[in-house]
Formats: sequence, structure tokens, C-alpha cells
Amino acid sequence: MKDIYKILEERILVLDGAMGTMLQRHKFTEEDFRGERFKEWSVPVQGNNDLLSITQPKAIKEVHRLYFEAGADIVETNTFSGTTIAMADYEMEELVYELNYESAKIAKEVADEFTAKEPHKPRFVAGSIGPTNRTASMSPDVNDPGYRAITFDELRIAYKQQVEALLDGGADILLVETIFDTLNAKAALFAIEEVKDERDIDVPIMISGTITDASGRTLSGQTAEAFLISVSHIPMLSVGFNCALGANQLTPHLEVLAQKANFGISAHPNAGLPNAFGEYDETPEQMAEQIKEYMDKSLVNIIGGCCGTTPEHIKAIADLAKQYKPRSPLTPKGETLTQAYN
Amino acid sequence: MSTKENNPRVNSKVLPLEARKYLKLSGLEPMIVSAETNFINVGERTNVAGSRKFLRLVKEEKFDEALDIARHQVEGGAQVIDINMDDGLIDGKEAMVRFLNLIMAEPDIARVPIMIDSSKWDIIEAGLQVVQGKCVVNSISLKEGEAEFIAHAKKIKRYGAAVIVMAFDEVGQADNYDRRIEISKRSYDVLVNQVKFPPEDIIFDLNIFPVATGMDEHRKNAIDFIEATRWVRGNLPDCSVSGGVSNVSFSFRGNNAVREAMHSVFLYHAIKAGMNMGIVNPAMLEVYDDIPKDLLEHVEDVILDRRDDATERLLNFAESVKGTNKERVVDLSWREEPLQDRITRALVKGIDQYIIEDVEEARQKADKPIEVIEGNLMVGMNVVGDLFGSGKMFLPQVVKSARVMKKAVAYLLPYIEEEKRKNPKSVEGNGTNGRILMATVKGDVHDIGKNIVSVVLGCNNYEIVDLGVMVPPEKIIQTAIDEQVDIIGLSGLITPSLDEMVYLAKEMERKNFNIPLLIGGATTSKAHTAVKIDPQYKNAVVHVNDASRAVTVVGDLLNKRSNQKYVGDLKENYEKFREGFLKRTKQKAYLSIEDARKNKYTIDWSASEIKKPNQLGIQVLEEFDIKKLEPYIDWTPFFRSWELHGKYPAILTDTVVGKEATSLFKDAQELLQKVFDEKLLGAKAVYGVFEANTINDDDIEVSTDQGDFTFRTLRQQLKKHAGKPNFALSDFIAPKGTETQDYIGCFCVTTGFGTKELAEAYEADHDDYNSIMIKALADRLAEAFAEYLHKKVRTEDWGYATNEELSNEELIKEDYTGIRPAPGYPACPDHLEKKTIWKLLQVNERIGVALTDSLAMWPAASVSGYYFANPEARYFGLGKIKEDQVKDFAERKNIDFEYAKKWLSPNISDD
Repeated sequence: MKDIYKILEERILVLDGAMGTMLQRHKFTEEDFRGERFKEWSVPVQGNNDLLSITQPKAIKEVHRLYFEAGADIVETNTFSGTTIAMADYEMEELVYELNYESAKIAKEVADEFTAKEPHKPRFVAGSIGPTNRTASMSPDVNDPGYRAITFDELRIAYKQQVEALLDGGADILLVETIFDTLNAKAALFAIEEVKDERDIDVPIMISGTITDASGRTLSGQTAEAFLISVSHIPMLSVGFNCALGANQLTPHLEVLAQKANFGISAHPNAGLPNAFGEYDETPEQMAEQIKEYMDKSLVNIIGGCCGTTPEHIKAIADLAKQYKPRSPLTPKGETLTQAYN
Repeated sequence: MSTKENNPRVNSKVLPLEARKYLKLSGLEPMIVSAETNFINVGERTNVAGSRKFLRLVKEEKFDEALDIARHQVEGGAQVIDINMDDGLIDGKEAMVRFLNLIMAEPDIARVPIMIDSSKWDIIEAGLQVVQGKCVVNSISLKEGEAEFIAHAKKIKRYGAAVIVMAFDEVGQADNYDRRIEISKRSYDVLVNQVKFPPEDIIFDLNIFPVATGMDEHRKNAIDFIEATRWVRGNLPDCSVSGGVSNVSFSFRGNNAVREAMHSVFLYHAIKAGMNMGIVNPAMLEVYDDIPKDLLEHVEDVILDRRDDATERLLNFAESVKGTNKERVVDLSWREEPLQDRITRALVKGIDQYIIEDVEEARQKADKPIEVIEGNLMVGMNVVGDLFGSGKMFLPQVVKSARVMKKAVAYLLPYIEEEKRKNPKSVEGNGTNGRILMATVKGDVHDIGKNIVSVVLGCNNYEIVDLGVMVPPEKIIQTAIDEQVDIIGLSGLITPSLDEMVYLAKEMERKNFNIPLLIGGATTSKAHTAVKIDPQYKNAVVHVNDASRAVTVVGDLLNKRSNQKYVGDLKENYEKFREGFLKRTKQKAYLSIEDARKNKYTIDWSASEIKKPNQLGIQVLEEFDIKKLEPYIDWTPFFRSWELHGKYPAILTDTVVGKEATSLFKDAQELLQKVFDEKLLGAKAVYGVFEANTINDDDIEVSTDQGDFTFRTLRQQLKKHAGKPNFALSDFIAPKGTETQDYIGCFCVTTGFGTKELAEAYEADHDDYNSIMIKALADRLAEAFAEYLHKKVRTEDWGYATNEELSNEELIKEDYTGIRPAPGYPACPDHLEKKTIWKLLQVNERIGVALTDSLAMWPAASVSGYYFANPEARYFGLGKIKEDQVKDFAERKNIDFEYAKKWLSPNISDD
């Protein structure tokens, strides 16, 4: 298969859009989530989208197919919550390997179909590694700021298990995403490095943080540049931001990365900000219009969508991306002359 | 999946390609050690080996206080904090994790990177596992052999940290030049080639050992370190060099004068050789240029090992400087130097003692007196400008330089006039870079910032036309035309001034002006400038809030070759900013004023204890002894007004601005004592506590002997999260229906009488430094008076807090019960309410403080406000309000809607 690093220099790669938004259209019931195999499961599992890779694999494959058809080069596996930590809510810690393995496998099957059809445009599978529902550098207890609900080692072990399964299932890329606490991400990166070492392989890694509000910082308080510095010890395919904000609000933070990072830059923003009903109502045209600014400013190498985006959004983005050259070369535009402390 | 073998290009392509690699660290914010950063100071008070106090606090598990030490370090200028828990009596691993976890919850500490310091690997690794930013590990070495060194370095790389490598190997610690090089070279090669450790993440600690110990083998300790540093920086690309500086002077313990000089000399040479990081106690550092020549020579002999008898000579000499440290005899050797050097030195150092005699000498040598200004003096001022521009001089020093310059120019003026009269053709042009009009707008009386900017621009050879304070727009426009100025600069501190600035921009447009407009002052902002002022005027409108930036901006605006593009870029930048800002504000949701009232803050009045004041009615303090205010002064804002940033008292020992802050503080203290001794400022206050109840949700009805008054409050309208109320100040006073008799107080204090006269006297003497100083001090004294009076009211007049015992620091942090909001400030931004306070307390009649058209107080050093005593009363920001409340407010107050809108406009939401 053609080297993804090489392709990244040639054109802007398109990542897929939201999985959850697409699955909501099916209006799966508790029974649908359970399927035959988990009929007797002791706790409710509705809402455990990762489980659908086992119980409704056709639906998942269909979503991947729609995104590839829309023009995506990369789809993400349906494994955002695929760690023992996140699966504890459903008492499905034991299933973590299988969930990740199956999710990667079905995504890879669809990718291979498309690559065979269009060899000039190889398709890739990114193993999605979510943030879990715990934070390693913040206390959930306001009265005890020194308390931590999870340790680095617990995260590292959980992530390692996920990474191994994703790779066994056929993931081409590992995507550590929606990072709201950089320490969680560092544990995931530590685990990936361990696996790479043990298997003597190299895997392209994408890292994507989340700026949570207008303050321009991650939930754990870091600025975009501090975040970048904190994860730069790992050779990456790309670094970027996703979720929480719409494309417009993400622009200044992407500019920081584009200026300072030696890696590819990725962005997969939400379809705007949620309206009063928690829905994302930005149209594909509206979103593409904003993303055009990224392209005009030559900010990105990989572009896709997060919450609220659909194949129609991705098509609009992919059509746009075709017309532009990627951010190039992969070197920072300038060094910081003034240091942070002044 | 591709393996390394068949996919070799992965690493080669993706790894950084740029030529210069800098050490980059991060806390919550980035810290980049580039060629420009010069020297990174590591704070080491959070080290149990370095601070006995810290050790005790950790032992006693007083982590809150231990955190305060970390905070002081950061506030004091430490750019990285070193944390070490290696002590036999504490569980180092547990203490390290606990302390780091606590630090991560303190954004003001966690913003800087952490240095995890331990000789035990398990403590280092435990630390690395709890910090999200990029840390420095302190330290690893080849002491236990290569295998362990490599294993630890690999782990550190995987955790994403930089590392300090000690010059130590299996044989021992490097103690000479060759061993330092041997070990660092070997360490570097292993790290870079075997571990693939990024070279920019390697910091060598090359061991600083004492000199002048009397032992021959120690003679070269300092110079070997310095030379080894030079070698390492020159031969091991991209790495850094660090060290603990105080070691070098160990043998002179007890003689701080010598130690300080030794540290400075050592650092001066080591930094030149490439040392770019280290642990230095800023209080134990003399400025290299300020070391007396003879002491310098003796110290350099020792540090650089220049003489066989260097140690002996320094020891003998040290006897003579012992203890004379801070009261050293003034060194006048510079008076022997050539004329230009003397003039430059006088300007740089701000010494006005000899300037007239030097200028006279220059005048006699020159063909025309104007040449002294354009030649000798400008040469000196250019040095000042360069030093200020590169951050080597600070604002107070520049203002002192300006004082010298002004004296020199004043001396020369009669000669220049004379020359003009004799030979009118000989003087052409005014030789300045441009003419700038500066004014504080109509209705506003605050001018400290404006004066500072004027002085700094003056130093950069701009001619300043200063129209002073409360300048009507017509006068600004007319003067600009008459004097053909190149730029207009407007300043203002209170919110109504913002409208004045908008009006002036409109006028400039209407009169078809084509010169840039500068906007500055405490309430101004880039947002207001971009959204409200910039669209009114076709030429550049620039928001400039500090003096150092003013020079660059003005230079760019008046640069004939490039200013068109600069102005174009500015306009575009402000337009983008404006668009972004307007888009952002649209996403906020507001409640109607009715709904906001339904969500008011409710106090259980049946349970609330209300203290009947000991003393009701109006009180006046006259002939107040302002000396009493000294302990109440909050100095931090004083330094801020001089653009020195940091908290008092830590700022006095700050590595960057500490020396200048100390000198400024000394000057301030001197003037303050003079003010106290000679009673130069008059302090007066009028205040009172009155019966009051809330009516109709948002109004407070006050009964006094002179009749009833009503305070109108404003209510937050921004839609809040569930459970969060929409505050108005009226919520803190019992409503009329509750049968509870409640109370409210109000006050006005001033320390401003005499300020204007004093400032003018200084200005007449060309002494802007003291003119600005007296105003800044008067402002501080007014705030201190407000603090003092509030305490008196709490503990005596009202007496609801008779048992209160608060330190000055706690007062500044507002740890007391009750609040003291001031009209024009966030909780009650409506300046109109001042009029009610003025009527109620008869402020003007009783103490002579007046209100201007824009409702600024005159004299400027005055403070007014309300007192609320309820324990649940708190400070809040009103935020934006909607027109429905403005309408309601206008009706309640019985004023015109448009009039109310004008006064409240900074707080009215745009969407």
C-alpha cells in the first residue's frame, strides 16, 4: 500500500464524520443493542455504541461505506469508548479486546473494498482511542484537589490493551482523540510506544486535542502551544484539534499549531455549536464555507468532522479539499521569538 | 502493517527538519528556551534540601503553606520550579505525588514547567506520571554505569520530559575541564545515538564548585566550568547548560558583598560561554556593571584564575568591603571618562547631578547649541531607547533618563533662542521624529498612564504637545490643526471616556483628518477600540496600553516608507478582530429583566442577623493624619502603574525587574515620608450608615435626616446555569415587606488635595519622574484610605465586625465580612449613582470633592462607594444587560431613555 506519509505531502486527506450521529438515525432499541448474544446481560447496554460493532456490524459497515463514498480517505473505528475504564459502566471490561478487534476488522474490510475499486485512492483505517471518562490530572472532588480517580498506570494498561486489539484487527493508523486531559493522552502514547517497541513495528499516530471553550485551553488548562509541546516527544503523522467547537472557533488554535508544529495538522470540528436542543444544525455548505478558511490559510493536512457531521458534510469538505494543496512543508512557519514568560 | 525495515522513510521524513532546535518545556503555558531567552531561572525554594522551611512544612504535612512557597517562587519570577522531596524522614514518593497533584490544581503555579528533582528513580518516575506538561528530570548520570543510564533515559523520553545530566561517571564527579568534557561528550553520544534522545532536551549540569578555598586544586574550579560550558555549547549541538550558582562563593559565607559580586561575575562569564539555565537566588546578585572597579578586579582574578595570589588578595580586600555592602561609597571614577561617555552614562543611569556642567562643556565645543541636543544628547537617548527596547531597562529608569534630558534641554534652550535671533536661517526644522498630541479626554482626570507614554515618546525624540486632563474635543481638534501634529493620543480611565473617544474619532473623520489616533487608558481595550472607535475613522486607530509598545507603534505609523502598508494591515486586523468579537457575543443568551428578577439571590431574612449601627448619620473626617494609612497601602498596583509586573513584596527580589522595583520603591518611600513629614497631601472623608430597605426588587430606599434617597441598582441578565442567581446589589438589603430594618452605608474619601500643585512644581523643575510618582502615590493613599475607613466602619461606626483581626494582606484579598462596591466598577457600572451619593452625603459641600461632566471625581485621588454589611453580600460583575432593563431603569430613575442608554452603553449587549 502506498505510504500515507507520502500521500500527506501530495494532498489534503479527508477523515470521516460522526459515527454517533449516523447511528442515531437507526433509532436502535435496547434489544437491538443487545442482539442475541447479550440478551441476558445484567445491565442496560443501550447507548453503548461501541457494542454495535458486534451486535449490528452491518449498520457500522454501512456508515463506513457512506463516508468512503462521500470522499473520506480515512475512517475511524467505532471504538471511542473501547477501554476497560469506559466499558466499566456496562460491565463489559472483558469484551474490550473483541470490541476493538472486530471494529478494526470491519472497518478494514470496507476500506479494502474501496481501495480495490479505486487503487489510485487508497483508503485507511484509524483506530479511534478516546479519552475515557476519567481525568488523570484533575480531581473530580472539589474538596480534595489532590485526589485522582485514575492513575497513569491504570490508563496505560487499559490503553495498551485497546491498542493491541486495534492493530490485530487491522488498523493502519492510531488516533488518540478528543484529548481534554493531556496526561491521559500521554498515558496512551506511552502505551503505543511500548507496543511499537515490543512488536518492532512503526505505526502512524494522529493526536487530536480538544479546546473546551473560548478561553482557548484544554479542560486540564493547557494552551494550544503547551499541549503541542507536551505531546511532541512522539513522532506523529499529525497533531490537531477536534470536537467541542465549530470550525470557526477552532481557527485561532489551529493557527498556533500550524505555526509551531513539525507535524501534519489535522482538524475535525463539530458541525457548529449545539443549539438550544443540543442538536448540531450547521449545514454542509455552512461548515465547508468555514473550512475554506483553513484551506485558504493553508492550515491543515487532514480534515474531517466530529459531532453532528454527516456524509453530506464530508462530501462538501472533500470536494473543497480537492481544490487545495496541503499545508506544506511540514516545518513550522516561524519560531517563537518571545518566550512565554514575559 | 509495515515494519521498520520495509518502511525506512517514516522517521526520516517526519522528524523535525528545522535547523535550530530549542528546548521547549510546558506547564499550562509553553516555555521556550531560545537564543533570545538568555537565562532561565529555576526556583529552588520547593526543595527540601534547599529550604528548611519547606522541609518542615512537608514533614508537618502543611501542604497549603508549602504551595504558597511554590506560588511565591512563580510570582517572584521563577520560570521553572524545582521540586525535591529527598529526605530521610519523609516518604519521598508519596510527598512528591501529593505535592505535584496539588500544584496541578493551582493554575497560577502550574503555568510554569516542573523540574522533578530526586536521586531516586522511583520518585522521579512517580512524579513523571502525574504531570501533564513537559517536565525536566533532575537528574541522571553515568554514575551507576551505562545500562542504567540508558534505561532511565529511554523511560524519560517516553514520558516526554527533558533531562539534566550530571557530569558524573563510574569513576566519580567531573572536577576539571577534561573530565567535564569527557563525561558530557560520552553522555551526549549515548543519549543521542543509542537512545535517540532529542539533543535539545539534554541539559548538562557541569558541577559548579567553590573557588578561593585556599587549596590550589580549587583555583580553576570556576574557569574550568566556564570553559567546559563553552566547549559543550560549541561541540554538542542543541543542548543546554545549567548549574547551582551559589556554590561558587561558598568560601565567602558571611560576606554577602563579596558573594554577590562573585555570583555576578561568575554568571556574566558563564552566560557568555553559553550557560542558559540555573539556580540563582536573585537577592544574592549584584549587577555586573555596578560592581566597584576594585572589587570587580579582585573577584575576576579569582573566578578567572588570573593571578597566583588572587585568593589571598581577594581575602584581604574582602575585609574592607565586609558589611559595607549596601552603603558603599559612590564611585565617581566615571567622571574621568570622555565627555560623550559621561553624558550617555548620566542619561542611562538617570543621574542629573552633573548634567548641566557636561552639557555646558559640550556647548562650548559645538558650533551651534542645537548640535548638543541632536548630537551628544540624542546619542545617549538612543542608548536608552535601545536598552529599553531590548528589555534591559525598565520604565522607571527611562522616566529618570527623561528627567536628565529635560534638564539638559532646558539649560540649552536660551542659547538656542539666542542663536535663532542672531541667525534665523541657521535653525531649520525641529529635528524631531514627529509631533504627538496627548490628552486625557473631557470629563476625565486620570493622567498617569498618559504622562508615562508622553515621557517615553519624548525620550525617543518625539515632540509632545500635552494638553493635560479634561480636554474638550474642540480643543483637541483645533490644537491638532494649529500645531500640525502627526498623531493624536487619547487617554481615559473611566467608562464615559470611551464615548468621548468615539466622538472624537467621528469628529476627526468629519473634519477630514488623515493622521493616526492612539487610544489608551485603563478602561480602553482592543475590543472597544476595534468595535466602537475604529469604524468611525478612516485612518489608523490603535489601542496601545503600554509605553514600550507605544514607541514601536508610533515608529511604524510615522515611517514614511512603510506606513501605508502598516496602516492597511492595522485596519484589516481591527476589522477581523471586530468581526470575530461580534460573532462571539451573539452566542450569549439573556433573560428578560422580569425573569432575571425572579432568579434573584435570596437571603433568608428571618435567619439573617442584622446589626443596628452604633452610629447613624453623616460623619466627616478632616485634618486626617495620612501617616496612619501607610500600613494599608497595597503596593502591587503601584508597581503596575510603572509597568513593572509582579506582586509586592516578591517583586522586589524578582530576577528580571527586582532591582528596578527596589529602586523605585525606595524613591517612593522617600517621597512618601516627605509627604507625611511635610503634610503635603490633604486627606478628607465623608461617610455614613443609614436605615435602608429594598423596594421593587432593584431599588434601595434610604432614610436620612435630610430626607429619603433611592439607590437604583442594576441586575445581571445573562442566562445562568441552573441554581446560579442573577445578582443585583439590592439583593443584599432586606426588602421592605419583611419587617426587618436593614442598613446601608456610603462614603467618599480623598487624599488628592495638593497633588496637582506638587505635580506642577515637579513638572516646572522638568522632573516628570516625581510628578508621576506623586500622582501614583496619591492614588494608592486614596485606596488605602478607603480600606482604612471601611475597617473603621466595620469595627466601630457600624460595629458588626468588632472582633475582626485581619492582616493587611487579608484586607487586600478582601477577606472581611461585607462589601464596598464603587459606582463605575463591575458590580454597579452606572456612574450616575455617584450623583445620589453626592446629594446624600453632601460630598462637595462637606469635603470639596467634585464630580466632572463625566462623573469622574476631582481631585483624582478619590474613592467613593457603598457599604453592605450582610455576610452574604459579595462582589460580582454586572456583565451585559439588555435594553428592557435600561428602559425600566430610565423609568425608575425618571430620566430620558436615550440619556440612560448613553451612560450605560458599555454594559448594553449589542445583539
